[in-house]
Amino acid sequence: METVEQLRDRLLARFPGAALTVVTNPSPSAQHSLVIGHAQAVEIATFLRDDPALRLDQCSNVTGVDWPDKEVTETTKVTVPDPAGGPAKVVAQTSKRLEPGYLEVVYHLYSISLRHGPVILRLRTGNRTDQVSVPSLTPVWRSCEFQEREVYDLYGVQFTGHPDLRRILMWDGFQDHPMRRDYVEPDDYQWEPTPHGEVMAKAKQHYPAAPAAPAAKEGGAA
Amino acid sequence: MSVSDLTPLSSPAGAQVRAVHDEFHGDLLEVSMGPHHPSTHGVFRMIVTLDGETIVKLKPVFGYLHRNHEKLGENTTYLASMPYTDRLDYLNSMTNNWAYAVAVEKLAGLAVPERAEYVRVILAEMTRLLNHTCLAGFLMQDCGCMGTPLMYAFREREKILDLFEALSGSRMMCNYQRFGGCRVDPSPEWIAGVRQLVEAYGPFLDEFEALLSGNEIIMARTQGVGRLAPELAVSAGVTGPVLRATGVAHDLRKVDAYGVYPKFDFRVPLGDHGDTYDRYMIRILEMRESISILRQALAALPGGPIMDPKAKLRGFRPKAGEAYGRIEGPKGEIGFYLISDGGPNPYRYRVRPPSFINLTILEDMCLGHTVADAVIILGSVDIVLGEVDR
Amino acid sequence: MSEPAPTPAPANPAPLTDAERDELRRHGILLTSLQEIYNWGRSRSIWPLNFGLACCAIEMIAASMARFDISRFGSEVFRPSPRQADLLIVSGTVTKKMAPQVIRLWNQMPEPKYCIAMGACAISGGPFKQGYNVLKGIDRFIPVDIYIPGCPPRPEALLNGLVQLQAKIQGQPIAGPDAPRHLRDDINCDCPVPEFGAHDLEPSQNPTVWQPPAPLVRTEKA
Repeated sequence: METVEQLRDRLLARFPGAALTVVTNPSPSAQHSLVIGHAQAVEIATFLRDDPALRLDQCSNVTGVDWPDKEVTETTKVTVPDPAGGPAKVVAQTSKRLEPGYLEVVYHLYSISLRHGPVILRLRTGNRTDQVSVPSLTPVWRSCEFQEREVYDLYGVQFTGHPDLRRILMWDGFQDHPMRRDYVEPDDYQWEPTPHGEVMAKAKQHYPAAPAAPAAKEGGAA
Repeated sequence: MSVSDLTPLSSPAGAQVRAVHDEFHGDLLEVSMGPHHPSTHGVFRMIVTLDGETIVKLKPVFGYLHRNHEKLGENTTYLASMPYTDRLDYLNSMTNNWAYAVAVEKLAGLAVPERAEYVRVILAEMTRLLNHTCLAGFLMQDCGCMGTPLMYAFREREKILDLFEALSGSRMMCNYQRFGGCRVDPSPEWIAGVRQLVEAYGPFLDEFEALLSGNEIIMARTQGVGRLAPELAVSAGVTGPVLRATGVAHDLRKVDAYGVYPKFDFRVPLGDHGDTYDRYMIRILEMRESISILRQALAALPGGPIMDPKAKLRGFRPKAGEAYGRIEGPKGEIGFYLISDGGPNPYRYRVRPPSFINLTILEDMCLGHTVADAVIILGSVDIVLGEVDR
Repeated sequence: MSEPAPTPAPANPAPLTDAERDELRRHGILLTSLQEIYNWGRSRSIWPLNFGLACCAIEMIAASMARFDISRFGSEVFRPSPRQADLLIVSGTVTKKMAPQVIRLWNQMPEPKYCIAMGACAISGGPFKQGYNVLKGIDRFIPVDIYIPGCPPRPEALLNGLVQLQAKIQGQPIAGPDAPRHLRDDINCDCPVPEFGAHDLEPSQNPTVWQPPAPLVRTEKA
C-alpha cells in the first residue's frame, strides 16, 4: 500500500487545490494520518472508497478528540546587532500566544477486499465554540452513522449532512458535552464511605463545618 | 400515527411491506421494547413501529449502560485501565485485555515473549468457545426454547470459568494480560486442565448440535430471517461472525495475522445467506476451529518467560504519538485507539466496540419481519450492553 | 431464629419453648405461631424480577443455572413483569439514564417487596463512581434490604445474600411499630421518579430514603 505522502500527492493530482496536510505520528506504530479540508471531504472520501488501488470499503472507527486552547510559550533566538558596532548578540526572546483549540474527528479506514489499512483521516473544526461543524461521512460509509452521533453527543461536533443527528448515549435534554476536557461533572459526592484521592477532595466539600471536639465525637458515633 | 406519516423506507424489504399494507390504511402501532425487557440482553431499547405485526421502522436507543468508560480511561493510568476493559464486554474479558494490550504495545513498541503469545491465543480461543456457547444458549432462549440449551451452555461456561479463575483469580473479570506479556505463568496442571476441557468440548458440541442444529422448529424460526447483504454489511462496518455469515471472508486472525496465529492451521467458516441460521451455524463451526487451534497451541506451547523482562508497568509513560490496535474478538473487531501526550494517562482513549457498530444494520435486518423475529435477530447479532454503551 | 412475638393470647400467655414444641412434633402435633408460618411462607418463595443491568446480571443468570441452582432457595421463578415479582435484584451499574426506569419498576412491584443491591456499582457506583453518568448507589432513590459486595459477586455470594434476606424476613414482627411496610398504613413506599435535567437528575436523591450519614471522624495525628 502507498504511504500517506504518496496518497496525498495522488489526491492532490485528482483534486487540485484540496486542503491536505500529513500528520506524522512519532510513535513506533507509525500510523500517519491525513488532515482533509471540509470543502472536498465527501468527494475525497468517496474517491478513497471507490479507487481501485485503495478500495477502503470499511470505516472501522470514528473518534472524537478535544484539543483545548492552549498557551504556547515560544522561545525564538533573535540576532540583535550591537549598536556599538561589535559582533551581533543572540538574544532569546520569549513570546506567549494563545493557540486556538479545535475539535477533531478521526476516521480509521480499512479495505476488506484488498486487506490493507489503516488510512487515517482527520477532520478539524474551526474552534470549540461556534464553528463546530464538519461534513458527515455517513453518506459514504454507513458505519459512521452511530459513531458520528456519539461524537456529536459527547463532543458537540455538528455533522452537516448526517441523516439523523441526535444524542445517542445521554438523554435528549442533556446540555453538556461530557467528553470535552473542560466539562465539569455534577457534584453528587454527598457521602463517600471510603474516600481517597480525587473523590476525597470532592466529598470533603460536603462535610459539615468542623464543630467543636465533643460535638464531633457525637456525630461520629451517630 | 398512520402509514402516510412514515418517511420512505430505505430497505427494499421495508418498501415492499409498505406497498402491500398501504391499501388497507391501518393505523401504526409504536412499541417501546426495553430497556427492561427479558430478551434485549440487558438494558437495550428499541422503538419499534408496527403495521399489524410487521415491523416498518425500528430505532435503537442506547445509553442505558453508558458508564463513561472513555472518560475514566483518560483519567487513569495506562495500567489502571486494564481492569476496566474487563467490564466492556463482560463475557470476554480475556480478548478485551488482549486488544488493549495490543494497542499499548503498538504505541510503545513493546515486544511480547513467544510463550505469552501462545498463552494469549489459548485464552482467546477459550473465550471464543465461552462466548459462542453462551450466545447459542441465549439465542435458543430467544427462540422460546426456555432453559435447556442455556443450561447446557452455562454448564460448559462454568468449566471454562473455573480455569480462568485458577489462572487469574477471578471468574469473569480476569485482568490477566499486561503490556509485554501476561500476568502469571500458567502451571502444568492448568495446561492439563485446558487439555481435558478441549478434549471434552468436541463431544459436547456434538450433543449440542444434535439437539439444535437440525431441529425443525429452530430451522423454521431462523432460516431466511434477518437477511443481511454483504455490501451493506461491509459499508456498515459489521465485523465478526455477523459479517462472515454474509460470505465475506474477513477474519483479523488471517488478515492481520497478529500474535502467533499464522503458525496454526485453521479455516474461516463462511455463510451463504446471511440469515439468522447462518449466524448461528458460523458460531458452531468457529468453535470447532477454535478447538483445533487450541489443540495445536497446547501441543506447541514453548517455555520461556511470560513477560518481557524490559516491560515496565508502574510509571509507564509511552512517548507522544498515537496507535490503533485491533484483534478479532468473539463478537468482531475489537480495537483501541490511544493518543499519548507523553504523560502517565492516555490523552485520548477510545474503544472500537464491535457490538455497537454491528447494531447499525439492526433496522435493515428487522424490516418486514415480526416482533418475535426481531428478538431472534437481535440475539443473533450478539451484543453485550457493557460494550455497546461503554 | 427470633423470639416469637408477644401476640395477644390471653388464655395462655406463656409461650411454648422450643423443647416443648419438639416434644409435641414427635407426637405428630405441629404447633406454630401465625407470624412464624406467615414469614416462613413469605421468605421461601421470593420471586425475583427478571431484570439484568450489567456484568452482575450474568452472575445472576449463572446463579439460576444448574451448578448453583437458586431454586434450592425457592427463588428460581424469575418473573419478567414487575407486577408478579417480589424481589428487585439491582444487578449492575445504575446509570443516570437508567435510574428513573429502575425506580419506576420498583414502584410497579406490589408489596411485600425487597431490594438487593448486587455488586459494587449498585451499592456505591463501584469502579465507575467517577463517571458523569453513573448513579452513586441505588440506595439514594429506593430502600435497599441487602447489599452484596463484589465486582461482580460470585453466584454463591448472591445465594448468601438471598439467605440473609430470608433471615431478615423471618425476624420481622407482623404487628406493632416494627412491622414491615406492607402491613402498615402510615408508610407510603412509592418512590418519586426523578426527571432528566439539563446537567443531572432532578432531584439527584430521594431524601426520605437516603440521607448522607455523618462523615467518619478520623483522629488525625496532631
